[in-house]
Amino acid sequence: MKTIQLYIVLSVMIVMLGSCEYDNYDAPESKLEGQLVYQGTPLNLDARNVYMELWEPGWEKKNKIDVHVNQNGAFSALLFNGDYKLFIRRNSVPFMAPHNDQTNSDTILVEIRGNKKVDIDVIPYYLVKNASITNSGKTVNAAFGMEKVITDANQKDVERVTLYINKGNLVSSDMKIAEASLNGGDIADPNAILLTTEIPDLTPAQSYVYARVGIKLAGVDYLIYSEIQKIDF
Amino acid sequence: MKKIFILTSILVVMVSWSCNDEAFLNKQPNDLLNDEEVWKNRDLVVLALGDLYNRFPDYQTIENWGEFANFDEAFATRDYGRHQNNDWGFGDWGYWDYSYIRALNSFIKRCAGAAALTEEDRQAFLAEARVLRAAVYFEEVKRMGGVPLILEPLTYDYSGDPTSLQFPRAKESDVYDFVISELDDVKDKLVDPTVGGGRIYSRATKGLVLAMKARAALYAASIAKYGVTTPSEATAGGEAGIPAGMANGYYEKALAAAQELIGTGWYSLYKKNTDLRENFVNLFLDKSNNTEVIFVEDFKLKDKAHGFTTNNQPIDQTEEPGDSGWLNPTLNLVQSFEKLDNTFAPLAIGTPGNYVYYDNITDLYEDRDARLWATVMLPGTQFKGRVVDIWAGYILADNSIITSGALGGQATLPGRSVAEQVVGKNGPIDQVEKSAQTGYYVRKFLDPSIGSGQRGIGSAVWWVRYRYAEVLLNAAEAAFELGQPEVAAGYMNEVRQRAGFTIDLAPGEITFDRIVHERKVELAFEGHQLWDMKRWRLAHKVWDGQNVGLTTNPGKADESSTKPYGLWPYKVYDPGNANDGKWIFKVVVPGKAIGVDRFRLRNYYSEINSDILSRNPKLVQNP
Repeated sequence: MKTIQLYIVLSVMIVMLGSCEYDNYDAPESKLEGQLVYQGTPLNLDARNVYMELWEPGWEKKNKIDVHVNQNGAFSALLFNGDYKLFIRRNSVPFMAPHNDQTNSDTILVEIRGNKKVDIDVIPYYLVKNASITNSGKTVNAAFGMEKVITDANQKDVERVTLYINKGNLVSSDMKIAEASLNGGDIADPNAILLTTEIPDLTPAQSYVYARVGIKLAGVDYLIYSEIQKIDF
Repeated sequence: MKKIFILTSILVVMVSWSCNDEAFLNKQPNDLLNDEEVWKNRDLVVLALGDLYNRFPDYQTIENWGEFANFDEAFATRDYGRHQNNDWGFGDWGYWDYSYIRALNSFIKRCAGAAALTEEDRQAFLAEARVLRAAVYFEEVKRMGGVPLILEPLTYDYSGDPTSLQFPRAKESDVYDFVISELDDVKDKLVDPTVGGGRIYSRATKGLVLAMKARAALYAASIAKYGVTTPSEATAGGEAGIPAGMANGYYEKALAAAQELIGTGWYSLYKKNTDLRENFVNLFLDKSNNTEVIFVEDFKLKDKAHGFTTNNQPIDQTEEPGDSGWLNPTLNLVQSFEKLDNTFAPLAIGTPGNYVYYDNITDLYEDRDARLWATVMLPGTQFKGRVVDIWAGYILADNSIITSGALGGQATLPGRSVAEQVVGKNGPIDQVEKSAQTGYYVRKFLDPSIGSGQRGIGSAVWWVRYRYAEVLLNAAEAAFELGQPEVAAGYMNEVRQRAGFTIDLAPGEITFDRIVHERKVELAFEGHQLWDMKRWRLAHKVWDGQNVGLTTNPGKADESSTKPYGLWPYKVYDPGNANDGKWIFKVVVPGKAIGVDRFRLRNYYSEINSDILSRNPKLVQNP
């Protein structure tokens, strides 16, 4: 019996030794990071819905790498060195990637050789301007304007503008505890829009919330926002 | 050591033995029939065809009832996750069943040359398989847009080059055209549904072909017409999206097919009971000479039963402790049922503190469409001969509530000395599984026979895939879109009269909102909602991610409806007051329903899995 035990122990050790040599690849270690910017200013976007697609051509299997863009327009990804194509799926995001001369489309070529920092210039359909969110007690008032940036054939209509409030500092159309909207057709003066909502009762109680306003476009899923503001009450 | 030696030698002997035996490896399996054998015998061909019927694609069904709670028509009392997500995945509702298509193609190929069948059988089986294939492509195009049209069983030649098996996606309109022309082609090879004096429900007939054609043409037409509102979802190659110019042609085909079926006289609306509510219940239960039902998946006790009743019966009369009350229809759906004077209105419950008082708990619904009573199990109505006990508690003069946290629980009312029941035996109690958390249970397709609520017995109520009322509504919609409101009104009124409406709609009253609404209430829990909302391009407007409360305008097609609402009845306890013993109602949101539904534009066409794309570079992804 002793011998058998010895054999088992030995064989397990051999198997373990053998596995070391072949199974392990280096982890991706080149960091791509940057922001989506318009005229140097990062865009304020949905916190968890906006993705860019990275494709690396040449492999047998085609699979994209989703690169998440956070609510300040910043993104980062750990990648292997290689030549990638970066592509932002239109129609769900409130901005357009400009025409890229290299690819003759809106696809952007990204060459990764070690860490890289790229800010990507995009053009939003609209921007929120001069947003000021104030409160008196539990009533939150937002005053802001909107600027139409794209006015050519690609322009979009405003479906509504909305003020969102959330408990934490992630605020967007899918993370909210209260909201107030105004339909696009009811906006009298795009430079002076007012929205008001009440802070609901919070459990557990807290004395602050976060708020921002967003513009929802017809035919676009995700909104473009103002910067997030903390409201103490 | 000796033991090891013996064991090793036995192993070696066994291994070497098995390797050498040619006969063993070439042995015919005795639990499988191969292709050749099947096609020698008619009975086996019928079995193979039965298997093809069995694989017929559906989405929401009475076997897959959980999916009914994905949208705003029902709340899932045991699967709260369905109400805690905001978004549907881009791949949701994806369908890419080329193994089924291959099985159908290979059946069609073999059948055409099957020597063992009579010419009559050959033609009939061939036609049935082609109807099934058309149905699968219809399902594909509903979910994915255009898909590769493969009409032959493809074989790989093991050359290492799979190019000969890779086909690009057809245009969305091409797939609809294929479905329509294929159905046209096989129509005359199939039997009448009333052949031989009986009725055929679970196999393809001329009736099914016409009904399916009308539905497919209508879908294509509305995608062409309403797709212009979501231009971003169309691909340049037409794989997704149909040009607007094709809408009228499809509407005409839909109307013609529906009218052809109506003209045959094979079907009529089910009207056996004079009690219209009972009648609409029985429409789905009655299997003997049911003149309305066109095509079903049939069930039979002992052989093939389903658990819809087991899982959705009221908890206080459950025959299977552990299962019940899964689906709770929502107030969103309930309030959509019209008043019998043809008007829409939220239920008349007053406002908090200024309630409307009702003598009987069911009085609130007395002036509503008969279909409401047959689709939803309302508090105070009867099921299996027992009153459905749903009420949330007592309300006192100062508006305070006396209730209990246990189903049918007891408490002592002020001024009384004995504890008594203060909440319904089915709830509603928030967050108590299987209770009626919205205040309602589901009624349509629920089997009233004894034993249907037991896991070991189950229910044999059939799943109705096509029925005559839908054909009438298809005809009405197509006629309306073609600018023939008189024709549309005629078909709509036929369906509405059966639901208890005594005042006909005038042609001028037929609007798009009316059509949308009529389908919603007539066809609730029959698996139509998602496809209807998609083809009208209403899904992103109705499930728009806004949390704005329950609409006060239930007749409007594009009103936001993103959360499941409920309505809880309370009994008034106010001795000496005229309202004592009467009922009031309060709107609630189930505590577990924290999500707000948002249908994103990319949901209109399900994403094609990247594995599928990798295997076939000719495919283009949906937008």
